Amino acid sequence: MSFPATRLSVVERTRSSDEETRRVALATIIEAYWKPAYKYLRMKWSLTPDEAADLTQEFFTNTLQKDVIEKYEPERARFRTYLRMCLDGFAGNARKAERRLKRGGGVAIVPLDFETAEGEIASHEPAVDADVDELFYREWVRALLERSVADLKQAAQASGRPVMFDVFARYDLLDEGETRPTYADMARALGLTPATVTNHLAAMRRQFRVIVLARLRELTSSEEEWEAEAARLLGGKR
Amino acid sequence: MGSRSGQTAGRQTLISNRAIDRLREAAAWPELDARYEITGVAGRGGMGTVYVARDHVLDREVAVKVLDVADQKGSRAARLQREAHILARLDHPGIVPVHDAGELPDGRTFYVMKLVKGRRLDDLVAQNAALADRLNAFGRVLDAVAFAHAHGVVHRDLKPENVMVGGFGEVYVMDWGVAQDSSAESDAAVVGTPGFMPPEQERPRAPVDARADIFALGALLAHLAGEAAPRALRAIAEKARDPDANRRYQNVESLAADLARFRNQDPIEAYRESIGEQAVRLYRRYELPVLLLLAYIVMRFVVLVWRGI
Repeated sequence: MSFPATRLSVVERTRSSDEETRRVALATIIEAYWKPAYKYLRMKWSLTPDEAADLTQEFFTNTLQKDVIEKYEPERARFRTYLRMCLDGFAGNARKAERRLKRGGGVAIVPLDFETAEGEIASHEPAVDADVDELFYREWVRALLERSVADLKQAAQASGRPVMFDVFARYDLLDEGETRPTYADMARALGLTPATVTNHLAAMRRQFRVIVLARLRELTSSEEEWEAEAARLLGGKR
Repeated sequence: MGSRSGQTAGRQTLISNRAIDRLREAAAWPELDARYEITGVAGRGGMGTVYVARDHVLDREVAVKVLDVADQKGSRAARLQREAHILARLDHPGIVPVHDAGELPDGRTFYVMKLVKGRRLDDLVAQNAALADRLNAFGRVLDAVAFAHAHGVVHRDLKPENVMVGGFGEVYVMDWGVAQDSSAESDAAVVGTPGFMPPEQERPRAPVDARADIFALGALLAHLAGEAAPRALRAIAEKARDPDANRRYQNVESLAADLARFRNQDPIEAYRESIGEQAVRLYRRYELPVLLLLAYIVMRFVVLVWRGI
């Protein structure tokens, strides 16, 4: 397959006449962007965890739909770039007005796990580049890949072959400091032959690529944007 | 593997920075047939990634350039295919040979080429290689580019990063991805690298001729020569990268000829030297005869003076 099955972009779906379609699309955007936004506010704007959590909640529950998505013009900027600029404006205004949101004051339409995000900042820093654009991009990629890995795991379980995901996780989901096992090691550990390990890994990578590209398709607004994002994600400098 | 990021925490899997890189690599990993076994990544470019692979049929290492993403319009695929075809057509010792080409099951285009081991030209400069070695490498680049021009191909992205120097001094001009030949359509976007790109190439859809490469070769020569280079050498580089294409060397051969004159300490076309500079150059070129002549004159003078006494 040269091109992922077309899914309407989430931004387009937030403008649907169907309320349920709009709700799911909005939830997808929040899922993809809340964590990059929270970390961005913490690191670029040097907000405390509580301040960043309040602003993130406020941004995604109240500001996102009416002030951000409605005014978005795909031909002028990538949605990710545009959203980050809106977030900058939002944080700047909040700072100017010395607005102090009471914790929990906003209406949470999805539970945002700020504690986990805070733990991630602690565990990943200072490996994250200081460049704020790069930081937002990297966190966006992290969120995209997290969802894609979860989808892959779910797909492997649904097909009754969770061991296939195990092979993928042992080889391609390594933490800092962990070394890649050999195929023979994995075969021994999982009770498979090395050839089966090879086949499982190839199949999982193939499926993972399809999932990632489809999710990327959802989060972009045009073919050109999708191509540029896919090329950067899969081929860009590390 | 107790703390492996594959374990889930809450709804989602936590992914470390390193895992992000691994996952990006995993999603991009090409699925080739059994003949080629990918063993690593050699480099990443604007359009694709170059992998190191084992060719099990011929039992040798090769490089495989794979498109990062197959676009719907197919323009990226067409460009990579054109690059492979250009390489196949340009059979020259200074141009990397292509062995095979095809399409992956996921639709991405790839081609297989010789794996060039060595260092990039910018590394040669960084490692303070002797000027003579740098100029030798540059001379080989000129040969390869002249060959391409003779076949109607303009590289359009000549720069130190796109030249590899092997362990035996062999030189390869790489990355012909934006090369222009008679089959190329005009590019909607600007192609090339600032600093190595002539003014006429900075306009989208602007067709360029071989003199665009002359400009890049001038920039390459200036980079290789360094700021401490002799004035005549700098003049050659400056003439080659004149903003006005009509004032540059009009072909690679005339640039190569002027460079050869510089290396032979003959007067060059790019620069009119003063009488003093001419004297210094002639002295350097004919150092031994000049010294012998001077010694003879001094000796005759001494003899005359001695007889006069």
